[in-house]
Amino acid sequence: MLKALRDPWPDNRAERTLGAVALLVGVGVIAMIVFVAARAWPVFAHNGLSWLGSGGSLETQIANMQATSVNPPATAFHLRAWPLVYGTLLSTGIAVVLGMAIAVLSSIFIVELAPARLRKIAIPVIRLLASVPSVIYGLIGVLVLVPFVGNHLVTAAQKASVQNYVELTGAGLGVTVVILTVMITPIMIALICEALMAAPSTWREGAVALGLNPLRAVLAVTLRAVRPAIVAAAVLAGARALGEAVMIQMVSGGRSFTPNLSHGLGTFFYEPLRTLASAIVDYHEGIGAPALRSTLYAFAALLLFSALVLSVAGYLIKLPLRKYQVRA
Amino acid sequence: MLLCAWTAGIGLCVLAAAIVIYMGYRGVQYLRPGLLLERPAISTSQSQTGGILDPLIGTLLLTVIGIALAVPLAVSSAIWIAEYGHGGRVRQTLARVVESSIEIVAGTPDIVLALFGLAVFQLSLFAPLSFRSEGGGVYGRSFIAAGAMMSLIALPPLFTATRDGLQAVPVHMREAAFALGKTRIATIRRVLLPSVRSNIATGVTLGVSRIIGDTAIVLLLLGETLHIETQGPAPVLSLLRGTGSTLTSYVYDNSPAGEGAAPQKAYAAAFVLLLFVLGLNLLVDRIGRSKSLTSVI
Repeated sequence: MLKALRDPWPDNRAERTLGAVALLVGVGVIAMIVFVAARAWPVFAHNGLSWLGSGGSLETQIANMQATSVNPPATAFHLRAWPLVYGTLLSTGIAVVLGMAIAVLSSIFIVELAPARLRKIAIPVIRLLASVPSVIYGLIGVLVLVPFVGNHLVTAAQKASVQNYVELTGAGLGVTVVILTVMITPIMIALICEALMAAPSTWREGAVALGLNPLRAVLAVTLRAVRPAIVAAAVLAGARALGEAVMIQMVSGGRSFTPNLSHGLGTFFYEPLRTLASAIVDYHEGIGAPALRSTLYAFAALLLFSALVLSVAGYLIKLPLRKYQVRA
Repeated sequence: MLLCAWTAGIGLCVLAAAIVIYMGYRGVQYLRPGLLLERPAISTSQSQTGGILDPLIGTLLLTVIGIALAVPLAVSSAIWIAEYGHGGRVRQTLARVVESSIEIVAGTPDIVLALFGLAVFQLSLFAPLSFRSEGGGVYGRSFIAAGAMMSLIALPPLFTATRDGLQAVPVHMREAAFALGKTRIATIRRVLLPSVRSNIATGVTLGVSRIIGDTAIVLLLLGETLHIETQGPAPVLSLLRGTGSTLTSYVYDNSPAGEGAAPQKAYAAAFVLLLFVLGLNLLVDRIGRSKSLTSVI
């Protein structure tokens, strides 16, 4: 056995082996899409696209699913997933907008403004922020931020104003968005910095030669040239935020409530929510019930589909940058 | 504008420092060395809930399984795509398919991978690889199941690092090897692989830091048992088929979001986890001479 490994390998057999392993990876990924879609299918077959709509209480609907038998009737699949879709869109959307502003500013700082010494610190710091496990962010959120918000920021009047629908504990949209922003901003910074560094420096030098001060030149020329990369960074970071499950499950309050702006802006940010991904974590223990299992796979299928669409979109948005040889 | 950019940049550094210092403070407060060697126990009092030995072993075991599965897959695919993926139409298409599918994995949320793993390992074909209930029901939960999905998480960074490394090797190195009469595969083994060793090492480090930080897969596929539970009589297989927990799932379970409310233990375990992540980050800096930022995502 060992001797066979040490001897020279026949060339075409080696190639076939390597190719087979590579194709195995491809087949595995296709299998993943097929498996998730197949298990989610009954849900869409019974509900159609109104599954995404609103109506009724999600908690009751899921409790009904858990109560059904091994062969669930068609009615057992009844679910209106809007609260989860809304929660996902809301938390992701706000986090991406906030993160984008911070990311563009910090990227300019890192690439253009920071003295070399500070830049040497900033790059590992961004890398660290990107690699801190989500459960640690969640832990800090649930043990530090949530009690702080609940005890000091939420006023008694705000609690009273919505006490008929929901209890404000501090866990909710605000804390979720803050932590989500911290988690996705490093991703955006990495992508934007890469593009800024790759943009031809002669353009900026030309602008400086025409009399702009260096910062203005960056804003007017370089930043404008890498606009597609900025949008693509936002899209890819959004895809990451969509799939965040554990952290959101820890700090979002875990109730299928739809935060409502008409309750007032302050209250809005304290209201709990649940996202598609966090619902999977929350309900995975009931996965033995066939109807609930299909529903969880349907959540996963929706997430997988959105992630696919977003990564294709990110790729397409960046295409125009190819002509500057930006390989971001 | 200038001020805003400075604030944002400095603010992020301060934030990172604050997270590390706060976790360090809590870690020093609650982590005793003995905790690392004690097994966890059930108790209503936090001081009686034991240590984090089992989660620590779980994390290490899962990392080993995940990397052991991911390295051959990723490196072979990268070699095939970089070295053989250009000859002929069919090959180019297939190479494109493989590359895109790895990009799909990179963009797939871990919770979706976890559900996929559950679907696969509940098939009766794979039943021998996972934990069974008393009545013979297949749960699809085991170190093998979780490790297999972890390898998918580690795959994209490993693949990208290896492929980029191979593509950066100058063509004349290959030509020189061919001129000396080496076959393609001999060139790969003797010339190319040694020269991309540091790229592979960077990829492995990134893969490890993904694996040890992942929670969703552990929650769904490892069973979240307090102790490592073995299954069956065979010595190694019983462990691989068994269930357990990792540092991440231990933190999750002991936080107010999980069942056990032992925040002190959660802080201690999270601190250990953060130390691992910091260490791996330093390692990436050491190995990877290129200071690319995008390698982290």
